[in-house]
Amino acid sequence: MATGSGTSTDRRTWRRPTAFRNRYTKWAVYGAVLALVVWSVASLRITPGRFLSGLGYGYDLIDSMLPPETGSENVARLVDRMIETIAMAMIATVSGIALSLPVALGAAENLSPRPTYYLSRGIISVSRAIDGLIVAIIAVIALGFGPLAGIVAISFKTIGFFSKLFAEDLEDVDMGGVEAIEATGASRFQRLVYGVVPQVVPRFAGLAVYRWDINIRSSTIVGIVGAGGLGVLLQRSYSRYEYDYVASILMAIIAVVLVAEVVSAVVRRRVQ
Amino acid sequence: MLETENLGKTYPTGDEALRDVSVRIGGREVVAMIGPSGAGKSTFVRCINRLVEPTTGRVRLDDRELTGLGEDELRNARRDVGMVFQEYNLVERLTVMENVLSGRLGYVSNWAALRRDFPPEDVERAYELLELVGLDDMENKRVDELSGGQRQRVGIARAVVQEPKIVLADEPTSSLDPETSRDVMELLTDIAVDRNVPVVINIHEVDLAERYADRILGLHDGELVFDGPAADLTEESKGVIYRGEEPPEATTRIGTSEPTDAEATGRRAEPEPLSAED
Amino acid sequence: MAGTTRDWTRFDTRERLFRIGSVVVAAAVVIGSWEWLDMSLRYVSSAPLQVGDLLGRMYPPDWGYLPNAVGPLAETIQIAVVGTIGAVLMAAPVAYISAENTTPNRATYALGKLIVTVSRSVHTIVWALLFVVMFGPGALAGTVATAVRSIGFLAKLLGEEIEEIDFGQVEGVRATGAGPFKLLVYGIVPQIKPALVGVSVYRWDINVRAATILGFVGAGGIGVQLFEAIDSFAWRTVSALLFAILAVVLVSEGISAYARRKVR
Repeated sequence: MATGSGTSTDRRTWRRPTAFRNRYTKWAVYGAVLALVVWSVASLRITPGRFLSGLGYGYDLIDSMLPPETGSENVARLVDRMIETIAMAMIATVSGIALSLPVALGAAENLSPRPTYYLSRGIISVSRAIDGLIVAIIAVIALGFGPLAGIVAISFKTIGFFSKLFAEDLEDVDMGGVEAIEATGASRFQRLVYGVVPQVVPRFAGLAVYRWDINIRSSTIVGIVGAGGLGVLLQRSYSRYEYDYVASILMAIIAVVLVAEVVSAVVRRRVQ
Repeated sequence: MLETENLGKTYPTGDEALRDVSVRIGGREVVAMIGPSGAGKSTFVRCINRLVEPTTGRVRLDDRELTGLGEDELRNARRDVGMVFQEYNLVERLTVMENVLSGRLGYVSNWAALRRDFPPEDVERAYELLELVGLDDMENKRVDELSGGQRQRVGIARAVVQEPKIVLADEPTSSLDPETSRDVMELLTDIAVDRNVPVVINIHEVDLAERYADRILGLHDGELVFDGPAADLTEESKGVIYRGEEPPEATTRIGTSEPTDAEATGRRAEPEPLSAED
Repeated sequence: MAGTTRDWTRFDTRERLFRIGSVVVAAAVVIGSWEWLDMSLRYVSSAPLQVGDLLGRMYPPDWGYLPNAVGPLAETIQIAVVGTIGAVLMAAPVAYISAENTTPNRATYALGKLIVTVSRSVHTIVWALLFVVMFGPGALAGTVATAVRSIGFLAKLLGEEIEEIDFGQVEGVRATGAGPFKLLVYGIVPQIKPALVGVSVYRWDINVRAATILGFVGAGGIGVQLFEAIDSFAWRTVSALLFAILAVVLVSEGISAYARRKVR
């Protein structure tokens, strides 16, 4: 019954099996990670002294932020920009999703030919990899200051997110139904409308609302580079050292983001 | 020798789960505790090592009173009580060996525990126990890869590697199929004899209790209503335990609470009619 | 029979009304938004042309510039590494107090949720603005901004993981006589380790992306070079840098996906 125990009376040893290929790989990986961290901390010149003196200035910063600015003129400007923020997010969501639809179709493995598939996946990767603010700066330079640049930037970011997730839903479509419609002699377009669309409408609505929520967040900050919304005010008051107004703007941003999150959660629950 | 004296537990919700339970368990007897669900069986074993804090009464293991011990002393005392659980309560993402060795946690430093650096004799003992429970060469498997029966064997090995003065098993067979249940019961009874420790088993299958136990404790509604050799468990006493019927005088021996003959003879009640009750 | 049919129909009508209603409201809000923003159609319709013109000036990319970008790209990754580690260290206690089953009391629970909300609602670039005031321009401000921004994300996901813990496993270890530290190491850590590693690596990958823009407010990373190039209208340098950023982001995404697949 006991294997091996009869051959020797030596005490057996046990070492925890490693998740890596062997112990040397394990130490190599740990060593590499540790070296990366040490190198990073060293070359970023992060020292306790700098850190602590920064915390001291942090106290001054908070002190100058309190109490937040509540002058009626400034609050009126704040409300104006809040509405602009929300409006930008609305338009950008609609235009972004409109642009996403062909990309999503192209990126669904089961619906599109190979070259289109790779092209669409490429667009998605680029859109996801480049940060929204970089896109916003380029848009500001091409189109000038104002909400249009923001809308273009947010729409561009929407394409990567929405197309990727919606393409996954399209790939999950039950092809049996689509084939049945194809068998009636339907065209490619008819197959989409009758076979695919009814299956994906609920997910589409859910994703759209989810992305709207994210777009509200982006919309609050693209103004930092001049692309409209609350960020414009933030950048302006920051560069004038009006930290008490900065505090009011930050609270407005948090409020807008939270409300959007709640609305999005409620609507998505309703849609499911 | 485990001794409880008027052990009682009332939960904050007001449920009186256990009332005045006094027993003495010693030697190498196998004690089955039976009773309907909600009778307090699980509360009783958990009160012994104070996973559930008893509200009244006392628990004594050998010469040490467990009730009233401070945190550190309680942890030391728990090392002497091996426990086997219904849902195994193994750490699923750790290996079989780590789970067995965790039975020795009370004896090693934090640093050694972190590095899984257990003394060689603990490792050797763990290997031997894995062979005993039939899990040779499984030491590096993760517990979440095992079947229910295999998990319960790991659970038993973890309890026994503690070298406990008593083993408590809380419904060790409830999650297992009948055949595996019998294997586990046999394993527990063998351990009582081989390791010379008493084993207390909560169980709701009366036939398993009668077949494997030397002595039976019957709980009804938190009260001890039967305490005697398995052979004395009659239909009437089952009625008392399970339906709360009035006890007919002769059969119950509440209050005597003496270890059964098994302690003296070293033999558990004969599990002979192997096929009859299956 | 007829009654049940009628009931069911009425419900369907109400559902349909709700759907039509929400579409109408959404459409009205979109149209209202358009009016509010007051953008002329001619201006908007010229946008593709303008953007196309700019993209034309970016071609061909000035690959010769890229050797200068290696250092800043490395700094971008370093900011993400240190920022993520700092965030994990700070997020662990926050996760502990924002999980319903481990938080000591209502006040700590509320505090945990507050930290999570504020950290998540304020964008990295805004945190960077504030920390540049505190720590001065440079990678330190960017690193702290990255860390603070990540706390909420990490604490939220880890807190949810803690709420899922199986306490039976902890009880099993407790019964052997293990103290608090050993309970943590044997009973709790193995249960949350895969989530901890997975979520941290995932956040690191997000942080690499986020760190590319810190330079805009002077908080270090490749963004410093990128925005200098934009300011001096060196469009061919900009496109080369964008490709470099794309490559770094895609590689870190690959590493992150691989690591998350390996840990379970």
